Amino acid sequence: MQDLRTLYEEVILDHNRRPRNFRRVPEGANHHAVGHNPLCGDQLTLELKIKDGVITDVGFDGAGCAISTASASLMTECIKGKTLPEVQALYHGVHNLLTKDGDAANLGKLQVLAGVREYPARVKCATLPWHTLEAALKDSAATVSTE
Amino acid sequence: MSRAAKETRIDRPGGTFDLERLRADFPILTQQVHGRPLVYLDNAATTQKPNAVIEALNHYYRTDNANIHRGVHTLSERATSAYEGARATVRQFINAASDKEIVFVRGTTEGVNLVASSWGRTNVRAGDEVLITTLEHHANIVPWQMLCAEVGATLRVVPITDSGELIMEEFERLLSERTRMVAVTQCSNAIGTVTPIERIIARAHAAGAVVLVDGAQAVAHVPVDVRALDCDFYAFSSHKLYGPTGIGVLYGKERLLEAMPPYQGGGDMIKTVTFEKTTYNDLPHKFEAGTPHIAGAIGLGAAIDYVNGLDRAAIGAHERDLLDRATRALLEIPGARVIGTARAKIGILSFTLDGAHPHDIGTVLDHEGVAIRTGHHCAMPLMQRLRLPATARASFACYNTRGDVDALILGIRKVREMFG
Repeated sequence: MQDLRTLYEEVILDHNRRPRNFRRVPEGANHHAVGHNPLCGDQLTLELKIKDGVITDVGFDGAGCAISTASASLMTECIKGKTLPEVQALYHGVHNLLTKDGDAANLGKLQVLAGVREYPARVKCATLPWHTLEAALKDSAATVSTE
Repeated sequence: MSRAAKETRIDRPGGTFDLERLRADFPILTQQVHGRPLVYLDNAATTQKPNAVIEALNHYYRTDNANIHRGVHTLSERATSAYEGARATVRQFINAASDKEIVFVRGTTEGVNLVASSWGRTNVRAGDEVLITTLEHHANIVPWQMLCAEVGATLRVVPITDSGELIMEEFERLLSERTRMVAVTQCSNAIGTVTPIERIIARAHAAGAVVLVDGAQAVAHVPVDVRALDCDFYAFSSHKLYGPTGIGVLYGKERLLEAMPPYQGGGDMIKTVTFEKTTYNDLPHKFEAGTPHIAGAIGLGAAIDYVNGLDRAAIGAHERDLLDRATRALLEIPGARVIGTARAKIGILSFTLDGAHPHDIGTVLDHEGVAIRTGHHCAMPLMQRLRLPATARASFACYNTRGDVDALILGIRKVREMFG
């Protein structure tokens, strides 16, 4: 029997209870995107402030399950202060981790997301914030959907 | 020993039946999920199948399989007689006047699409209105939207109260000489509300409108008599009635079906074909183009025979008892909220829990062996009206036990411990 705690690790539960950067970017946001998972109704708005190729501020808003909320919260913590190439590397690292049995090394605290892999129905919950991030970096005005 | 063993004799106001014996008819229920006995509470999505249905499918494919109609060989005659026998079983089950009024379709969705497409395109014109309700499943929304967009008609929606009941004054107000069709569910799949369809049908007819009833959720739980209801169309799916997937029924009044053009063209729906002209077959075959789901129809017949063998009043009272018990226990959990508190409900309990998203509730319950559904339940406009992205939904069927309710409540308490 799988232990439910491999999915709901304490870090995930903590970020769900107290999501970090769960706010609008106070000023100067210059990239944003909306993500939507029609399967569970999750909706996520992400705002980025990018200056000289560095993410100087980030905030998110919306309603989602513990997995998508924690994934978004962890993501905002990890990308703040990073350069765009570093963020791209994180994006690919998380994507591989969640969908392709990728290695959790070099992902720091994001490796808690590895447990989601055992729950195929929940992988989209974890990837939603990251797809939204990708869209925000491209500054796509369109809503991103997991479907 | 199963949880149900303690509940062998079920004595409810409606009657008495042997729950443990009934559960033994459903082989899937004996398994374990994540090391716990399966507690299947996703019956509004699909019900489990009794041995009688599984055996009917098995027997058909092992001994009778052949294509139906026109075959002169023995197997084809057997298959035809079993398929048409299933039609007669359906006709009796819903008390239709004639087998001609029973059209086999893939399910409720196809039934509604058939009416929207065939009856709708013939009878609904620019400026006309189609009236539905906020409670509808997407299957009873989208086909009408498509029709209205195509012909230039307007879709109107009867609103609901916060408890999830139709506001009948608004229904009366929206009903007019422009209303051509009233398409309404008998029971809400998302929150369990039973609608006053008798009154809706009577009022719609007085206004000159035709009525389609979405019976997908009702048919397993409420006796249906289409002649007493006087509805014009009634659609339901086999798989929510303990039968196979991929088969369902559209009932239509003969004079309406007679006047409607075919829905699809092909084999079996014709009398004669030349390259210049085709004459269509008689009812109901006019609406059954191509080789149908023969095994499915036979399985549905077996499911109806099975249901007919149950004491339906006792089962209804049993399901009501489970709903009441689960509702009461849920309300004792801090942060839990019941979504849908209509006075008349079938055994559907939609709920939310503070601090825990329905998706997380579903995953945690699954680990306890408890299967429920989470999400928008294919009723996104209703969810919007309730200002919720999603709910968790437990839904009961004849084989559920008070032990199942206890497992559900215990699981929800675990969710609360984890996320509270």
